[in-house]
Amino acid sequence: MAFLSISRLTKTFGTHTTVKGADIEVERGEFLTLLGPSGCGKTTILRMIAGFETPSSGTIRIDGKDVTDLKPHQRKIGMVFQAYALFPNMSVRDNIAFGLKVAHRSAAEIDARVKEMLELIKLPQLADRYPYQLSGGQQQRVALARALAIKPQILLLDEPLSALDAKIRVSLREEIRALQRQLGITTIFVTHDQEEALSMSDRICVMSEGRIEQLGTPFEIYNYPKTRFVASFVGTLNILRGKVTDGAAGRVQIDGQEVVTNRGLNGASTGDEVAVALRPEALSIGRANGQSNNLDGVIDEVHFLGSVVRIRVRFSDTAVSLDTFNRPNAAPPERGQPITVNFGREDILVLEGPAH
Amino acid sequence: MKQSRIIPWIGFGLGALYFLIPLIATFEFSMRMERGTYSFKAYRIVFADPGFQSSFAYSAVIAVLTIIVGVALVVPTAYLVQLKLPRLRPVVEFLTLLPLVIPAIVIVFGYLRMYNSSSILPLTGSARGTDLLLIFAYVMLSLPYMYRSVDTALRTIDIRTLTEAAQSLGSSWPRIMLQVILPNVRVGVLSGAFLTFAIVIGEFTMASLLNRPAFGPYMQLIGANRAYEPAALAIIAFAVTWACMGLIQLVANLSPGSKR
Repeated sequence: MAFLSISRLTKTFGTHTTVKGADIEVERGEFLTLLGPSGCGKTTILRMIAGFETPSSGTIRIDGKDVTDLKPHQRKIGMVFQAYALFPNMSVRDNIAFGLKVAHRSAAEIDARVKEMLELIKLPQLADRYPYQLSGGQQQRVALARALAIKPQILLLDEPLSALDAKIRVSLREEIRALQRQLGITTIFVTHDQEEALSMSDRICVMSEGRIEQLGTPFEIYNYPKTRFVASFVGTLNILRGKVTDGAAGRVQIDGQEVVTNRGLNGASTGDEVAVALRPEALSIGRANGQSNNLDGVIDEVHFLGSVVRIRVRFSDTAVSLDTFNRPNAAPPERGQPITVNFGREDILVLEGPAH
Repeated sequence: MKQSRIIPWIGFGLGALYFLIPLIATFEFSMRMERGTYSFKAYRIVFADPGFQSSFAYSAVIAVLTIIVGVALVVPTAYLVQLKLPRLRPVVEFLTLLPLVIPAIVIVFGYLRMYNSSSILPLTGSARGTDLLLIFAYVMLSLPYMYRSVDTALRTIDIRTLTEAAQSLGSSWPRIMLQVILPNVRVGVLSGAFLTFAIVIGEFTMASLLNRPAFGPYMQLIGANRAYEPAALAIIAFAVTWACMGLIQLVANLSPGSKR
């Protein structure tokens, strides 16, 4: 049985249903990310797990116990907020000790636990500082220590990295993941940043308009998206208009050039218009022989991004972007140059629904 | 000095003169009790007067009790309005402004009518009952200042997230109020408290009509019968008010967790 079990969870505010019958099961010690754009219902689910919102219907069970109607302070859940939420009138030490004092632990136990937490977040020297004396990254680490100090059953992270600058964000996400693994704590992480979700999670739950679009490992979500939304939301995607010329053989025509897929046509048959998706990293420059597909085009744009060069190739009506590694001894191609792009049969993803 | 900065400085100078000249004149007059020389005789007489001591002590005690009742009423109200009932904010703000619109004499006559010795709640029937009535009246009178101070302080912190953070750490509502919210709005509460203190110390209408031995009626009595002592009393009242303002600044700067 799953450690956290969310069943048919629905939340309605007035006439607007924010969460529509969500079913999620999280194993003990798992790191699950709720990923989706603003307003998709991910934070509402997190707030219902924490007890800050009451579900309109459905149940939440933690370790087999129904907590749906419990007050937030009865759930033994640690939460880290986007805005840090450190108590400004308390020092770092007092912030971390707050939950332990509430639980009436002995002074010696509180002292030992605070020290342990400060060591864990590698900030023992800042125990007597106040929140306004800390950087954003330090504040969020203290918030994490405060949430972990009470040894919660589940750790909830509500976009904890969004307010930080890019470099700190990357280093802190690695720290959070390492801590989570070290402590083995069941963690639910909310973000709209796909890179964070892909790099940190055991599993990702992609949401859109209150519904769960797909729940799977980062590998599954990225490589085998089940819906058009997941395919377009996670990662960069080239979407081209195609027409199925031979459904049985997986032949699709794109801008008058034929390609073949061995990943199925998502229910489309001969003569149907379809949307064909290609990841930029699946495309290579040059003509390939054998089983690969080739498309001839002209270089439209070249963007030098440092380690990567992003090239936009135009066919007659459509265009694709592809990424190549920067090599100092090879100059990037120039605009207007004819080019052939190749990709494997397994790299073509035919999306559900009509082509736009 | 640039042309653009001269006009503001002239405005500031005129404003300062408008406030300072009467004050300096009052102070100078209060020092002239002895012929041909400046002295603090008027102040010595005022401080030695048992009437001054008892009325000031009475008003100080009433002011402290007013502050306690006011804080207990205003802080949870402002907190709940911000957190749970933001739509009620205009209504509450309007209610708290009413004491500035309705004259104190109207309010006190209303009280006398509602709480006289032959009413259901005969508060004016005893001295302690009237004191209680006076405290409630002062709480109402200080509402515009107390509510605004606390409300402004609450707006400077993210009370929703702080409340939720405390809740997730197992904290109950009373603990959240006392350990998380109140310390973080302390500056606002103290601003409201000191303003309340200054208002109560100098208030005349309500104390006089409810026949209580407060500092306001005492000042009026001295003003009607003496020459130099009222000027000394006015300066003392100013000093008390300024001391309150100074304490607001001091407390604001010394609060734990505040930027210095």
